[in-house]
Amino acid sequence: MIEFARNVRLWFAPEEVRREGSTPDYRFSLANERTFLAWLRTALALIGGGFAVDQFLPDLRWAWRVGLALALLAAGVLCALRAVNHWVRCERAMRRGEDLPVSRFPALLSLVVAVVAVAMVVVVLVGWEG
Amino acid sequence: MTGRRPAADRDPGLQPERTRLAWRRTTLSGTVVAVLAAKTALHDGASPPAVAAGALCCALWLCFVRIAHRRIRTLASDNRPPALAPAYATAAALCTVTMAVCGAVLVL
Repeated sequence: MIEFARNVRLWFAPEEVRREGSTPDYRFSLANERTFLAWLRTALALIGGGFAVDQFLPDLRWAWRVGLALALLAAGVLCALRAVNHWVRCERAMRRGEDLPVSRFPALLSLVVAVVAVAMVVVVLVGWEG
Repeated sequence: MTGRRPAADRDPGLQPERTRLAWRRTTLSGTVVAVLAAKTALHDGASPPAVAAGALCCALWLCFVRIAHRRIRTLASDNRPPALAPAYATAAALCTVTMAVCGAVLVL
């Protein structure tokens, strides 16, 4: 948690990231940036999915619809915050010449998406009956 | 112009171009979210809080496009472009997070 707070400080302090270590090959930095953008797109897709559940499944019961939409929006928020945090950690590791950080987040996100997908199947089936 | 540079000077892996296109794809995803937010805001009688949240989403989309545009200009200005500034990354992520918060307001 303290490590996370330190990282949050780095999000807003550009010169502190540059103070450490040496500048890596620009291609590595650009690759890190593209990975960050890919995660940001994932976050935007989850948020868009939240809007879509709300708008395009009008026959669902209110609680299910809002619950699913909020779950997708929350996943999007987590994904966006994690994207910038992971980007900072990778940038710092590259400058220091350390190994890149490992993360459980991709596995966690795939589990959440799988659970939401199963919930959607159930909801659509039950929604059609009711 | 980009095309007039000597070939030896160009990055053979087209890294700056790929990064530029990644920014473009990301703004496109943001556009989809903004359109969906506007649709949600104008749906069901358009109450004032919903319209405010929808308008905020569109403003955030503009911020996002501006961040992307400035970064793309930096990428295009140099054959060895500097790394992304953390302020840009944080701003882009915070735009996304605030869009999601607006979404929660719209959905509830």
